[in-house]
Amino acid sequence: MSYHIVVCAGIVPDPLQTLEPVNTAAGPALKNEMMLPAVLDPWASHALYEAAHLAAHAAGSKVWLVSAAPKAKLQQVMMNVAQKASFELIPVDAPANGFADAHAVAGMLADAIQSIPGLDRSRLLLFGGWESASRGAGVTMQLVGEQLAIVDQFQGVDQLTVQPDGSFEILERIEGGRHLISICQGPPAVLGWATGNLPEPKNNPQVGMVNMRSVMPALQKAKAGTLPQGAVRYLSVTPPRQQRQTQIVKDRPADEIAAELLEWILQE
Amino acid sequence: MSQNILFLAHVDESGTTLPKVAYEALGTALEAATQLGASLTIGLIGESMQAVAETVSATGARILGVSGPDFAQPRYASDALAVEAICKAVTPDIVIAPGTSRFLRVVPGVAARMKGRVDTHLTALDYVDGVLTAWRWFYRQRLEAVMQREARPWFLVMDSGCHQAGTATTTTAATATTEVELIAVDLPAAAQRTTVAGVRVPKADAQTIRPDARLLFVAGAGWSKKQADGKTHLPEAEALILEFLRNSGASLGGSKSLVDQTGENQAVLGFMTHLNQVGQTGSTPRHPKGLSTCCHGEEPHVVGWRFINERRAVNLDPNCGWARGKADVLYVADAFQVVAKLNLLLAEKARSHKTESVSVTG
Repeated sequence: MSYHIVVCAGIVPDPLQTLEPVNTAAGPALKNEMMLPAVLDPWASHALYEAAHLAAHAAGSKVWLVSAAPKAKLQQVMMNVAQKASFELIPVDAPANGFADAHAVAGMLADAIQSIPGLDRSRLLLFGGWESASRGAGVTMQLVGEQLAIVDQFQGVDQLTVQPDGSFEILERIEGGRHLISICQGPPAVLGWATGNLPEPKNNPQVGMVNMRSVMPALQKAKAGTLPQGAVRYLSVTPPRQQRQTQIVKDRPADEIAAELLEWILQE
Repeated sequence: MSQNILFLAHVDESGTTLPKVAYEALGTALEAATQLGASLTIGLIGESMQAVAETVSATGARILGVSGPDFAQPRYASDALAVEAICKAVTPDIVIAPGTSRFLRVVPGVAARMKGRVDTHLTALDYVDGVLTAWRWFYRQRLEAVMQREARPWFLVMDSGCHQAGTATTTTAATATTEVELIAVDLPAAAQRTTVAGVRVPKADAQTIRPDARLLFVAGAGWSKKQADGKTHLPEAEALILEFLRNSGASLGGSKSLVDQTGENQAVLGFMTHLNQVGQTGSTPRHPKGLSTCCHGEEPHVVGWRFINERRAVNLDPNCGWARGKADVLYVADAFQVVAKLNLLLAEKARSHKTESVSVTG
């Protein structure tokens, strides 16, 4: 069986960047947000790699990457991501950041997915991250799934195995480092990926060149998405109170350190 | 006008009680009801719920339930129908639910069906001038926001470890049976396309994630690097870490760099998987204490330590991230040596404890 796999992915600031909140007329934002180097959201990236892997093993499958982000930033991110896997980009030009309301973002994504020409909803697998490195709420995929009337939904997915009868065995993370095993009859389904099991693919310039032929025109034609103001009223956004007074212990024998650690571990 | 608060929970795997985090969320719901002068209703889902209902009966709240074998296992389609049915029966303004994997998956979808709004991973609720206000982290625990919404119903999914548990009474023979109003929910065929086949549990000797442990032990990439003799010592590292986990009962976390090496098929610690990953792209566990070893304590990693109260680190680099106000104590030392000594002390402690027990009982 072939699949139509739609991967929803946002972009987030590179994890090594220092984040400082600022207030804008549109609500909270990050200082110099447009200047911060961005990456594709880590969990959505895993979803993309899993989608590409699945498509490669099911002839006739196709992968779309739907992303709501400022298109200038998205273009930068695509320079790298496009070399990782084959996909067709469906961009929505929107000022979506971590403080944007997930319901509004989900609405934009669902609209974009519904407008994909030739998308066969009976073969649809909706992939994305189970959380994000921006809002980190883990709700967008479910909201998109509901708008598309998909009631087989899985979150924290680490493995999808296609069975000989076409059904899926899906492993989802649950409490205590365990996995819930579900059998789903097949598409349509929503899968919010955790990390999966695949390593990050190496850059493939040839794949990148093929992708970019469609990515650049898509970005030029990207529809503007608007986010409603005031859905969420932020009273404050602050970095955490920092700085412990770190005691640095040097030149102490290992057995003394071990004894001190033991005492600390055993303290109630 | 008085508001309706609905507290939602599901029966846990034992079938006789609620998950621990649900009692904490119940505590939040009880406080919200008091602060807002609202009425509280409890909605339960599970195969059978009488025993569970007894544990929350002391709240005096009306209890609704959806029960039956179809609702024993976590499945999005059936859970969504059950929660939706309860919400329609209560028409709540506020819905408070525990952040279990089952509810984190289903509550957002139900919020959409109820034309409501949802916020998850909330760490606290507050009442600013009598208005319900929620606290949560953004950008992986790097920015904390305080927020309000006007839209109703507002679904609030609470993280664990953020509130005292609400009333949890035990059933006694003398207690009158708690009344549960059962709501019938028929599952259409479309809601039965998925079946739960079971739970995959790591092998007993590989069970390294212990959410209730008092100590989080984090191993960084340094364990797999060349040591002073110019060679890697992976078997030794594995043995030291596993022995420490066995003796201390600690939960194991790993830095991304160490976990990624496993994915790239490099020789690394065999028991370390992405499930252990702590940090920007991993989990943010809650433990009273954390001990980091062979990890540099850079920001993407340390954001996973946001909810670790007491932090100590062992690292060879005195200028690592831990030294910059991220740990309480940084030991500049070789973790191989320190953990080996620590294992000896823990084993000695266990032996003397056993001897004491024998002499007392003998």
